Amino acid sequence: MSHIELENASVSFPVYNASSRSLKNRVLGLSTGGIINKQDDGLLVVRGLSNVTLKIAHGERIGLVGHNGAGKTTMLRLLSGIYKPTEGHSHIEGQCVSLINISLGIDPEATGWENIRLRAAMMGMSKSDLDRQIDAVAEFTGLGDFLNMPLRTYSTGMQLRLAFSISTAIRPEILIMDEWLSTGDEDFKKKADRRLKEIVDSTHILILASHSRELLQKNCTRIVWLDHGTIRADGPMEHILPEYFGS
Amino acid sequence: MNMLSAFRVSQADISETYHSRYIPLVFGWQDVAQRYRRSKVGAFWLTINMGVMIGALGAIFGTLFQLDIINFLPFVASGLIFWTFISTMIAEGCIAFSASEGIILQVRLPLFVHIVRVWWRNCIILAHNLVIYPILLIVLWTAPSFNLLWAIPGFILLSANLLWMALLLATLCARFRDMPQVIANVLQISFYATPIMWTPQSLSDGIVQQILLMNPFFHLLSLVRLPLLGEAPAPEQWLIGTLICAVGWSVTLVFFGRYRWRVPYWL
Repeated sequence: MSHIELENASVSFPVYNASSRSLKNRVLGLSTGGIINKQDDGLLVVRGLSNVTLKIAHGERIGLVGHNGAGKTTMLRLLSGIYKPTEGHSHIEGQCVSLINISLGIDPEATGWENIRLRAAMMGMSKSDLDRQIDAVAEFTGLGDFLNMPLRTYSTGMQLRLAFSISTAIRPEILIMDEWLSTGDEDFKKKADRRLKEIVDSTHILILASHSRELLQKNCTRIVWLDHGTIRADGPMEHILPEYFGS
Repeated sequence: MNMLSAFRVSQADISETYHSRYIPLVFGWQDVAQRYRRSKVGAFWLTINMGVMIGALGAIFGTLFQLDIINFLPFVASGLIFWTFISTMIAEGCIAFSASEGIILQVRLPLFVHIVRVWWRNCIILAHNLVIYPILLIVLWTAPSFNLLWAIPGFILLSANLLWMALLLATLCARFRDMPQVIANVLQISFYATPIMWTPQSLSDGIVQQILLMNPFFHLLSLVRLPLLGEAPAPEQWLIGTLICAVGWSVTLVFFGRYRWRVPYWL
């Protein structure tokens, strides 16, 4: 059973300006007594999230909304276990995959086939899993003989097709997405939408950050509204969405 | 956080790395492949570069100090090949986390994965450079001895040491961005202070010899170099290597465990 629990979790980033980040200043700071240093070298802290308490149970479909700078990216990183809260606790149970940058790990000089392996490794897919799926992935890309060519010879659309096909080949327990991934021409788009729907349906927990009302309505049951790093509202989709979108 | 829980964090990170060892191996290989993708000779440029360097340095220093080339050339060759491995591993270890920023901030992987990637990449490069050694043996018409086999445990111990150094430095350098430059200077000095271009025998007896024994790189290098020269490393060198390894790992496991969670914030 997958679940996520955040308890009074806060995330604050230390901002090291050039002077506080260097070792030299650390050492000099000690030897000069540190009082003057304290004044013009105060460590700035940016609070990304403060006091967030959130429980996500198995089977929930969460939509994350909020204006730019509300803390959505930080929240996604916290929920995927990349950040550990600076205060409070987080507990994440389940294998988590984020489909935020699906081109991560891809090498333009390598061929399509090699890139399938690279990207799959990056997603945490085991070798045996990949060997079983590689043909299906290759077929899904619809790139045919182009898979033997270096990726840099592909058009942008073709590169995205490849990245999409591999990235959506696994079935994570917790799926994290930033907007809907749709790509390619009309034909591929339909295929891609179907594939994405499949993953979304099979994942135990979905967390989708989006600005699109339609998308959230279609895929989410519960909406978490972030504002200035705190949860402004959290409830069923039908209640929160009209409030957020103002109608 | 006490020492025990810090230790557990490190232990979990490393055992997770072991379970997903496929990832660093794929990416380490890819790193080397990427650099030489469109070149005809490919990664064997590494071998050629190293060969030219050894040939030139052997000829210049051999003439300069009037050394016996049959003994000096294998010494320089084995020294340079392994020193390149050691110093690159440490220098790249420093930026292991900061260079993988994109991955660390997006995929939850154990952080030791990035260290193993650096290690594996350098192992592949080392394997290319080692091709020079048998060629040199043939050219100089000397036979290898059974002592060559000591190179295997020597390499394992050397790697164990380099891995803790890289892990410790990667964590430190993620926080203090001046550190890689400091380390680069330390490595540069170590290159001259370690018998690579000069032999330990060329030092006068007494205090200078004692100072040399304080150089950890001298011992670590000896573990892999001596077997290639047909000698077995001395028992005290194994002891020193093991001691550095034990102390180094103890410190690193506690330090890394303590600050591991902070690394993504520093990137």
